[in-house]
Amino acid sequence: MKYMMFVCSDTEPETDESRVPDIEVWVAENDASGRRVTGNQLSPPSAATTIRVRGGEVLLSDGPFAETKEVIVGFDILECADLDEAIAVATAHPMAYNGRLELRPYADL
Amino acid sequence: MTDVAAAVSAGWDSYARIVASLIRVTGDWTLAEDCAQEAMAAALERWPRDGVPGNPGGWLQTVARNRAIDVLRRAAVEKTKLQEVAMLWDPGSPGTPGEIADDRLRLIFTCCHPALSLEARVALTLRTIAGVPTTDIARAFLVTESTMTRRITRAKSKIADARIPYRVPTGKALDDRLPGVLAVLYILFTRGYDADGEPAFAEEAIRLARLLTSLMPAEPEVPSLLALFLLQHSRRHARRDAMGDLITLEKQNRARWDQEAIAEAVTILMRTPVEGPYAIQARIAACHATALTLATTDWPSIALWYDKLAEIQPSPVVALNRAVAHSYAFGPAAGLALLAEARSDGALDNYAAAIAVEADLTARSGDLPRAAALFRTAAAAAPSDVERRALLTRASDLDR
Repeated sequence: MKYMMFVCSDTEPETDESRVPDIEVWVAENDASGRRVTGNQLSPPSAATTIRVRGGEVLLSDGPFAETKEVIVGFDILECADLDEAIAVATAHPMAYNGRLELRPYADL
Repeated sequence: MTDVAAAVSAGWDSYARIVASLIRVTGDWTLAEDCAQEAMAAALERWPRDGVPGNPGGWLQTVARNRAIDVLRRAAVEKTKLQEVAMLWDPGSPGTPGEIADDRLRLIFTCCHPALSLEARVALTLRTIAGVPTTDIARAFLVTESTMTRRITRAKSKIADARIPYRVPTGKALDDRLPGVLAVLYILFTRGYDADGEPAFAEEAIRLARLLTSLMPAEPEVPSLLALFLLQHSRRHARRDAMGDLITLEKQNRARWDQEAIAEAVTILMRTPVEGPYAIQARIAACHATALTLATTDWPSIALWYDKLAEIQPSPVVALNRAVAHSYAFGPAAGLALLAEARSDGALDNYAAAIAVEADLTARSGDLPRAAALFRTAAAAAPSDVERRALLTRASDLDR
């Protein structure tokens, strides 16, 4: 089962830095176990471009710029047996502490 | 007919078994529920006519299994799955009893998975494990039947789409997840116990707690929760008057408390270590249940248990009850001091129960006019008519 893990910032991060796990360790472990298919950090929303095609016309716009400070800053694609395994992988990610993670299963089964 | 009613009621246990095992084998929640319900319906139709079979549970399982095989055959599922269903509950197949017990536990943990909303967990537990009709669940939670149907359907879809596992967690994951399961049972029980609640839900919660106790004998908080339910439920015939109004503990006719339930709870607690909040709450309830009168209640012990509870599970409500316990153990002034402390962070502002406690402590300190006024303020903030009437009665009693 594949899960898209959105990595988001959060206005209320963990205050005790010593609890936050290391990202290098997380990536190395989950790459080795095959649970992390791919993933990366993303450039800030200021680098985003929105594309729509309406009535045959391509409409481009700058942004979107989120109203809040909680924005997607990265992603990982996880390959896990079930949601509990994906939750365990997500719980060990530093951004579960410094931000928030959203797990979305692929729709095709 | 009474025999049939008793047999159908005993079939409740079979219902959870049937649903739980069919979900494990087929992965189809709707199929599992439909087949279990059809078996129950068939029993209601045939048993009064043909007599109750010698093994009612086995009869229900056979009917449900045959129904499932019919449906799956028409859906042309693979042969191995059909064989698995056909082997279900077969006394000849090895390891069956353990597997069935595990299935029900799997079902409970999946229904109570924290990735589902709390409302969905409670609804799904009632619907799938206890087989309570959606209409009844909807009425108890004050939503329309279609809203409740959507809520349950959405929860089932999420279980399938996000692949919430059909498994009992182990090790640390079990420690993390068990309190959530117990919290669902607790909400279920209070929904049956609350003034405006659905009384049958308290019975369902007790049945589920019994089931969980038999399935997880090594977890002390599980039998502790069962004992707590039994103790609170033992007062069910004494806590309302003929009008349905609440009777406070001090005015309850203790002869109407269910001594059998109290004895069972006390026996459970004697062999269960104190490991968590339910163990403490159950011991507080036991102090009340075993006291002959309000005055001879062991209030110093209750006050100590509340100190302990406030330490491991601090909350505004615990702080409030702690103040009450100390007032009976050490006088109203001690209670008022703790009440002021409990209110200092504003969490109890405009909370009817907190105002009622202040009113009661004020009355016991001797300031009756102020106490009456406080009871009226509490009545204005009360969440239900039953509670409002009880508080207004306290106020007018003081006016005399």
